[in-house]
Amino acid sequence: MAHHDHGKHGGKSYWLDKKGNVAKVFYALIAVDVLWLAADFLYKKKAEFDAWGGWADGGFGFYPVYGFVGAFLLVLAAKQMRRVLMRSEDYYERRRDGGAS
Amino acid sequence: MADFLLSPPLLLMLGSVALAAAPRNVLPWTVLRALLLALPVYSLWRFWGLDLGDYAQFELFGQTLTLVRIDPLSRIFVVIFHLAALIGSIYSFYVKDNFQPLVGVFYAGSALGVVLAGDLWSLFLFWEVAAVSSALLVWVRRSGRAAGAGLRYLGMQMVSGVLLLAGIVLLRHEVGAAPGWAEFRNLTGFLEDGGLGFSNLAATLIFLAFGLKAAFPLLHSWLIDAYPESTPAGAVFLSAFTTKFAIYALARAFPGQSELIWIGALMTAFPIFFAVIENDLRRVLAYSMTNQLGFMVVGIGIGTELAINGAVAHAFADILFKGLLFMAMGAVLYRVGHVNGSDLGGLYKSMPITTGLCIIGAASISAFPLFSAFATKSLIMSAAVYKEYFWLWLVLLFASAGVFHHAGIKIPFFAFFHHDSGIRCKEAPRSMIVAMVLAAAASMAIGLFPLAEMWLGVANPFYELLPYPVDYEVYTKTHVITQSQLLFFSALAFATLMRTGLYPPELRSVNLDADWLYRRVGLRIWDGVATAFVTIHRAGYAAAGRLTGAALETAQRHLGPQGFLGRSWLTASMALWVAVLLAAYLVVFYWRLG
Repeated sequence: MAHHDHGKHGGKSYWLDKKGNVAKVFYALIAVDVLWLAADFLYKKKAEFDAWGGWADGGFGFYPVYGFVGAFLLVLAAKQMRRVLMRSEDYYERRRDGGAS
Repeated sequence: MADFLLSPPLLLMLGSVALAAAPRNVLPWTVLRALLLALPVYSLWRFWGLDLGDYAQFELFGQTLTLVRIDPLSRIFVVIFHLAALIGSIYSFYVKDNFQPLVGVFYAGSALGVVLAGDLWSLFLFWEVAAVSSALLVWVRRSGRAAGAGLRYLGMQMVSGVLLLAGIVLLRHEVGAAPGWAEFRNLTGFLEDGGLGFSNLAATLIFLAFGLKAAFPLLHSWLIDAYPESTPAGAVFLSAFTTKFAIYALARAFPGQSELIWIGALMTAFPIFFAVIENDLRRVLAYSMTNQLGFMVVGIGIGTELAINGAVAHAFADILFKGLLFMAMGAVLYRVGHVNGSDLGGLYKSMPITTGLCIIGAASISAFPLFSAFATKSLIMSAAVYKEYFWLWLVLLFASAGVFHHAGIKIPFFAFFHHDSGIRCKEAPRSMIVAMVLAAAASMAIGLFPLAEMWLGVANPFYELLPYPVDYEVYTKTHVITQSQLLFFSALAFATLMRTGLYPPELRSVNLDADWLYRRVGLRIWDGVATAFVTIHRAGYAAAGRLTGAALETAQRHLGPQGFLGRSWLTASMALWVAVLLAAYLVVFYWRLG
């Protein structure tokens, strides 16, 4: 059901096709993140947990730090998992090659 | 009788069988499809008119079976299963083949049977029907891979069925009568104070049967293996029912079972690592489904009213947003022929509507404020906080950031944006778009209802469907800000990793998961056993051959034409020997007398 042709240019040029505009999206994201971080100054959070001196859910910048570090380490750890877990695409189809009968 | 035949499970199951059996010259294609759409609509309309209570009861072998028992927990699942059947049928209008939507609606009927069952026997009956009909939905892809995956899938579903049956039979032994509703509700008690007795074993077996279908860790790989091998429409139906009625069954039988908390926590965390490196985007969604099921399992394990409400609400929301994401990826599969992240990109140019709808699904699953999971997952998170599960809360928070990363960003990014793959295709067929719009609208409605309640004082129809009364405010300043911080900084991590080139590229590959244990290790062991058996068989055969050969040779030697016993003898010598025998006989006779 593939209706695609592999002509590189669909004729029309899109805003995101320009490298500079992709960078703009990135900087916009940083700006939004700075605003969300600043939002922590605007209100007082009530800490539900005593752990980590109440920083976990009551302190400044916990969620941003946790979100960033968590996602960052997630990707790096997953990347390392490839060393152990990654096989070629037809790994299971080739199962009889080395096996008995 | 009408009560029986028109009950939701039988109406959908018998209705789809009748439509399948009707001759094509009597029932043109469009009429058949229209009737198939009407089935869930009519069934839901009928259901809506019923009060809580028991319906469609009948006697079988001296036991009363209750096919329909409506209570607040089953009711919400009945509603969402009807919606899922309707959306799936609309979506599958793109395919001429009637088999897929017919089996899909039949399967939806069996799922309704599970959530409405008023006793464990009825539950078992529909449990098995659902297993078989859903396997057909894997096989409809009609590819070699789908054939294998469907067989493995059916095998695992059957294991669940056998565990359930064994549990029910043991329970019958324990309670001395047919295990009915009371046992179905009280299995937590059996599991906790049963010691090593039968009831404890029975409850454990049933717990595992439910857990297998709810994709507990190590029992989960059938889901990852089979769902992505189905057709675009098949995967949409599959994603809705089996895992969710397992959640229902756990919520019914094991609320507050503390083991579920950590089983669920594990389920939220480990699949996201796999999802990051998986190339097949529908397989990414399957991992993400395990992760979302984890949140529900945690909610059931915590067991408070807020937590159970959260688990059930999240199951409802998940059917919609996961369905939406499967539909979007199904549209890509239909138009492009594959959903490999490594070979896609830039499709927003060809499929802008699908892109937009996929982003709504991504925002919903990521629990962005205004979208559905924000109004459902928050209940589970808060329940964990109120019970002061600090480490659990940290795991769930990490998993929430991870969801956004692999489902919220990765799916739309690698399919529709990233680098332009050069693929130019048509927008998704109209039927797919209509179905996706419905799911997207419902996902947004769930996210917006609490806001409408807060600002306009309109009652929240979604929360009113939940099993327990809801006294919970979703849109507090803290919730909105902290959740947004978590998600936007997770996005920043993704963007940073992409720009620095640290992000692992999408690669055409297979990643080993728990199914490796039976697809490789188990197969090797099986091969070894088979080889040993063949060797023993051959050796035995050869030895037996040698033995019979030797026996034949001896017989030939003695009985053959030249053999001692085969020769012809003289009559005179025969007469002599007879005389000798008679003489000997006489001697013995007189000796005995004397």
